[in-house]
Amino acid sequence: MAKGLVLVDKDRCKGCGLCVITCPFAVLAITSELNRYGYNVAGQRDPEKCTGCGMCAQMCPDAAIEVYRLRPVKEEV
Amino acid sequence: MSVVEAKVPAGFVPVYTRPKSLSEKRFTYCPGCHHGIITRLVAEAIDELGIQERTVGIAPVGCAVFLYEFFRCDFAQAAHGRACAVATGIKRANPDLIVFTYQGDGDLAAIGAAETIHAANRGENITVIFVNNQIYGMTGGEMAPTTLPGMRTVTTPEGRDVRITGYPLRMSEMLAQLDGPAYITRQAVFDVRHVQMARKAIVKAFKNQIEGKGFSLVEIVAACPTNLHIPPVEASRWVTEQALKYFPLGDLKVRD
Repeated sequence: MAKGLVLVDKDRCKGCGLCVITCPFAVLAITSELNRYGYNVAGQRDPEKCTGCGMCAQMCPDAAIEVYRLRPVKEEV
Repeated sequence: MSVVEAKVPAGFVPVYTRPKSLSEKRFTYCPGCHHGIITRLVAEAIDELGIQERTVGIAPVGCAVFLYEFFRCDFAQAAHGRACAVATGIKRANPDLIVFTYQGDGDLAAIGAAETIHAANRGENITVIFVNNQIYGMTGGEMAPTTLPGMRTVTTPEGRDVRITGYPLRMSEMLAQLDGPAYITRQAVFDVRHVQMARKAIVKAFKNQIEGKGFSLVEIVAACPTNLHIPPVEASRWVTEQALKYFPLGDLKVRD
């Protein structure tokens, strides 16, 4: 189960690739999918490796990325 | 509420979400432009300090000319280079407002050099975000005062010849000599560490204004991949290898 979740707003993404080189676990890649403006959008190539660090979102020049992390479940005592 | 938020499964908490101060409008910058990162950092700083309701931005002329459409706060559009003069007027008329300008190097360092220097010298209590990408981006890549020696642009096809066109203008160093400014710093946004440092500097510049310390300027060395004719990933490398040699990073003036 992946610890993190990266959501890319496909209409905002311009496929610049800054998130791809920033990701320390090579989760992201530029996909062959085109958005309505004709850009190849970024997507999760290997979603299981995502830790939810949020570095891709900090680098995104179009504020297109939102990052979520799985909340650790506290054990009942 | 963002478009993508609805798809988040249960158990996931947000690590990074789109800043609330940004509108739904899609950025009009080119792919990989550092302007986008800097615009986002300004929005994050406004969110962090909770000053969205009383912030007034001054949009420049240049690539960031549509800035008033990207932010959910009040904006004024200044004539080319006159953002600091307009900001001075707004701040003096209503000192409770938080006034910031967002200018490029063609705007701040060329046509607006006089307005900027005098606003800094008077120590106007405003925040200036200066995006130095060493070129006139919007008009098609002409030479700016900050263009590096030997750098090819539309108007210097053989590279900038310093014997004819002079040397790049180090605006921040110049302003740091004055007694007026409270905070002058130079940052960059080519990797995550520097993005975080630039974010801190922008927050500090806004805080200075809230505390009434005076003129704060954050210069950010950026790249223009479109006019350098290189991919965005290489443009970030270009900043570290070329631009930072002429524009070293760091705080140039900090007045407590």
